[in-house]
Amino acid sequence: MLSIKNLQAKVEDKQILKGINLQVNAGEVHAIMGPNGSGKSSLASVLTGRENFEVTGGEVLFDGKDLLEFSPENRAREGLFLAFQYPIEIPGVSNINFLRTALNEIRAYHNEPPLEAKEFLRLTREKQKLVEFDAKLTNRSLNEGFSGGEKKRNEIFQLAMLNPKLSILDETDSGLDIDALRIVSNGVNKLRSEKNAFIVITHYQRLLEYIVPDFVHVLYDGRIVKSGAKELALELEEKGYDWIKEPVTTASV
Amino acid sequence: MPAEPVAAGKVFRYSFGSLGQYIIIMANNSADILEEYSDKEYEFGFVTDIEMDIAPRGLNEDTIHFISTKKKEPQWLLDWRLKAYQSFLKQPEPHWQNFELPKIDFQDISYYAAPKSRAKYKDMNEVDPELIATFEKLGIPLSEQKILAGVAVDAVFDSVSVATTFKETLKEQGIIFSSISEAVKEHPELIQKYLGSVVPHSDNIYAALNAAVFSDGSFVYIPKGVRCPMELSTYFRINSENTGQFERTLIIADEGSYVSYLEGCTAPKRDENQMHAAVVELVALENAEIKYSTVQNWYPGDKEGKGGIYNFVTKRGVCRGAHAKISWTQVETGSAITWKYPSVILQGDYSSGEFYSVAVTKNKQIADTGTKMYHIGKGTKSRIISKGISAGEGQNSYRGLVQVGSKAENARNFTQCDSLLIGDRCGAHTFPYIESKNKSATIEHEATTSKIGEDQIFYLNQRGIDTEKAVALIVNGYAKEVLNQLPMEFAVEAQKLLSITLEGSVG
Ligand SMILES: Nc1ncnc2c1ncn2[C@@H]1O[C@H](COP(=O)(O)OP(=O)(O)OP(=O)(O)O)[C@@H](O)[C@H]1O
Ligand SMILES: [Mg+2]
Repeated sequence: MLSIKNLQAKVEDKQILKGINLQVNAGEVHAIMGPNGSGKSSLASVLTGRENFEVTGGEVLFDGKDLLEFSPENRAREGLFLAFQYPIEIPGVSNINFLRTALNEIRAYHNEPPLEAKEFLRLTREKQKLVEFDAKLTNRSLNEGFSGGEKKRNEIFQLAMLNPKLSILDETDSGLDIDALRIVSNGVNKLRSEKNAFIVITHYQRLLEYIVPDFVHVLYDGRIVKSGAKELALELEEKGYDWIKEPVTTASV
Repeated sequence: MPAEPVAAGKVFRYSFGSLGQYIIIMANNSADILEEYSDKEYEFGFVTDIEMDIAPRGLNEDTIHFISTKKKEPQWLLDWRLKAYQSFLKQPEPHWQNFELPKIDFQDISYYAAPKSRAKYKDMNEVDPELIATFEKLGIPLSEQKILAGVAVDAVFDSVSVATTFKETLKEQGIIFSSISEAVKEHPELIQKYLGSVVPHSDNIYAALNAAVFSDGSFVYIPKGVRCPMELSTYFRINSENTGQFERTLIIADEGSYVSYLEGCTAPKRDENQMHAAVVELVALENAEIKYSTVQNWYPGDKEGKGGIYNFVTKRGVCRGAHAKISWTQVETGSAITWKYPSVILQGDYSSGEFYSVAVTKNKQIADTGTKMYHIGKGTKSRIISKGISAGEGQNSYRGLVQVGSKAENARNFTQCDSLLIGDRCGAHTFPYIESKNKSATIEHEATTSKIGEDQIFYLNQRGIDTEKAVALIVNGYAKEVLNQLPMEFAVEAQKLLSITLEGSVG
């Protein structure tokens, strides 16, 4: 589904990604861990097409297509979703109106007619239940005045609504209380299928107990320096990152 | 900031007192994706070819005689015009504004233009087809659709009314809805009583000019206790090259009556700047209510600001009786320079005034707009919601005066004044003036400034929404409180207009 080869990128003349290799297949969950500032969010930004990042080398194929050629909105319409580490507030724009626009834009891209109001509402209710998202929040302005945890939950609610092929969860667990973590994880697990895939960025092994990954990668100084099975997360929790120093050249699995 | 002192007994002059503070907020955002500008041509930039009866350029007493004769006016109106001309000559051009006022050559303007063909039509079939085509192109169906939608249309093409519909239905209820020229002939007693009673001919230089040379406009009278059964609407359009537009609107709501009036405008593309100096006067008697809505979309000029309309309009309403209510709602997207302050004089006890505004400036557009609320009667209330949007190098100023007189016990005002910036070269400025002579008054002022940030746009992009739609979504959300005040049909148009206007303003 996603094939990243030797991806390099810089921001403001600073080289952040120094050659990332990663292969994600349909049905898989990959966890990415790594110390603060190692480039995890940057990788998500580059994949989703954030303007201030300049790709300086490498390639990314998404379902066989050159992902980097697409505009940010077309990457989303192709089925790439990012649950942001810091979801933004947009005053005045109602959550529900925003979601309806997003959904219909994506449908239009695939030559599907807009969803009828009734059908849309039905879908909203169904997905709300899935992530136990408060109905009141759907009518409020997008993320405005939402608590940290509510914002994160809203990201997953949107994920459920838009039904992407590949979702990147950037530290969705941070800021969630224990119950919320369980609810959100359950939601994600229910959304998992043979057709989609997830990249879960996290600092904590706890999340990976709920959303069990097929692979764990360690990102360090712009490179994936170690990859392994889910046990790697436990090991990292125990030992920290110090013992991983030497970068490996290929981390493709 | 240069502020003309308010002379005693002349509080209604076109000036703002030196009291009160002002805040200047300049955008400072280094996001360069927000910088680029579109080449999108003004959508309605076309010129209709209709034979015109045009006055020779220039302004002197002969011009005024020419206009008055053309319109077969009574002597008293000619005299009034001549008096206005004298006060025009005496008035200096204003100097307190927050922008460079271009030098206007009043002698280089033609002050009268009228379609040469018959001025009255019994039905639509008699109307010049090209004129109808023009309205159609503007998306103004002057036809069955509007009638079915319950809108009576008094269409002003350049200066003279050429088509009036729905008059009969209105007549049955005693409502008068006609051109001013017609009203001068048919209801001289109303015109003589109210014309210039809210905006005197000496009010300000542009109002004086208007009084001297006004060509035509709309007149509305709603009798006692009558609720006007439909939205009354006039579409203005500037068409002739170098023809200044001096429309005049007078609306009178007699005791206990209600009327909602819509004004909308677009103008064809022109190279030379055209000045528009309209005057609107509203009179609400005891328990009456007037709702006046405007969507203004005149040609704003090209990217360099060349060729746009100068919109210097004087709009004022007076709540003459107790419990009267006047509400102004405006969506301003056009013009090179917009300079207007729809005001309410709250004379009657417990009367109330409202001002809801969305003003958009982009490229080199300038908007200096706001309101003035004069609390005179006791228990008077006013509410001001102003939403400025600046993009490109647009400059947007809110200027508002809330004045509470010594007899206005328990007067209340609430002002909310928000600015939205798109890009880093535009500006938003807020000049609230508060003058209170009564300690029991409550005056509240809230102001916010926000930016459409790159990260907001990116967030929406990441959900599959392109940048154009993202901006439209944010802007319409921001302006919602004002758009909600517009009649349904108009609100939808206004929302579209905002999106079209800001198309391409974010790279
Ligand atoms: N817009 C930017 N301008 C300059 N430097 C940036 C920018 N964005 C990211 N960086 C830098 O890139 C590096 C990687 O940041 P990134 O946010 O990808 O880290 P991260 O692995 O997600 O860290 P965390 O675990 O704290 O979320 C950091 O040194 C950061 O300061
Ligand atoms: Mg991060």
